[in-house]
Amino acid sequence: MDPEIPTLSLMDMGIVTDIELAPDNKVTVTMTPTFVGCPAIDVMRADVETAIRKIGFDDVVVNVNFDTPWNTNRLTERGKAALLKHGLAPPEKYEYELELDVLEFTKCPQCGSKNTELKSPFGPTLCRSLHYCHDCLQAFEGFKPV
Amino acid sequence: MDTNALKNYLLRTADDQLIIAHRHSEWTGFGPLLEEDIAFSSIAQDKLGHAQALYNIAHEHCALPNADTLAFRRNEKDFLCCQFVELPNGEYDFSLIRHFLFDAAEYFRFSALSESTFEPLAKLAVKIRGEIKYHLYHGRTWVVQLGANGTDESRVRMQTALNYAWPFALGMFEQMATDSLLETSEVIVSEEILKKQWLEFVKGVFDEAGLKIPENSTPVFGGRGGFHTEYLQPLLSEMTEVIDIDPSAEW
Repeated sequence: MDPEIPTLSLMDMGIVTDIELAPDNKVTVTMTPTFVGCPAIDVMRADVETAIRKIGFDDVVVNVNFDTPWNTNRLTERGKAALLKHGLAPPEKYEYELELDVLEFTKCPQCGSKNTELKSPFGPTLCRSLHYCHDCLQAFEGFKPV
Repeated sequence: MDTNALKNYLLRTADDQLIIAHRHSEWTGFGPLLEEDIAFSSIAQDKLGHAQALYNIAHEHCALPNADTLAFRRNEKDFLCCQFVELPNGEYDFSLIRHFLFDAAEYFRFSALSESTFEPLAKLAVKIRGEIKYHLYHGRTWVVQLGANGTDESRVRMQTALNYAWPFALGMFEQMATDSLLETSEVIVSEEILKKQWLEFVKGVFDEAGLKIPENSTPVFGGRGGFHTEYLQPLLSEMTEVIDIDPSAEW
């Protein structure tokens, strides 16, 4: 699970980019961070190792690289639902090049309105932004599209 | 590929990230409003990550020491950052103008690097570019806000900050003799090309913001060759204060 968003699994977040099981039962997992400077990546790497040992594979290697760079299109539908459950506006899927203007109309996770305003593209963690909903008059956070 | 040329390019690019990260982090707890405090702190955190990832590539591919050693154990003369990033924060107006000018340049730099023939750098650049988009979006919004949409005082402050920043900003594009080796093998694009893209972009934003680019400025070079302002050493001393107590400590 994401150490900062406990309703979201690492698989649903899309940061596990490859899992290989060798004939000798050696497991190699490849992960990629959401943001280059994400301080949670070491915790997540250790969590993955522990989880795989727990199901009976002792020989585990977890690599972190940028071979498959993370972006928010990698979030699964279940992952987006988990974000919403945690009170975070999930990022919308985009094609080709992401335009940040979409941040101005982020759907409010409380009431679903799009009559919202971006307060700041930077929030309490690197992957979140700050918004305000003019319909339910609540501040909310969004999971930044990247 | 020429390893010395690559080493120089990676170090100077990483050093820019590290030093501007430190400057931005000085706003933590001091921002003019909470959102800006958080914004500068977040950008600092991103930049620190970028510095670390670039040092990691230099460590793996150019036989240099690891990221921590490169960041915390080098002498002032060995840093290759441009002088622009080492200038003190001053007031918010200067920090903002610098952040905008720097990130505009970074946006074009990492866009170009994302097509580098040196694969580890290209892959990292794709990722970094996506993050810089947010930095630039932030900087641009505030430059226009405090320029065209601001008050007389904010416009004067922004213009004064821009006049002071400009020659240093031009210094970001200091070309090194070894660069041509990397340009021919399409590892990097030249500083000249980046500067052209950057100029066109920032001019558009300053037009929108009602700010004027100073004319006939001489770029402040020197940083890429290890010649720094009087401000870098105190910054490094502060940055290494903890590790200096016991360099062999395990974290």
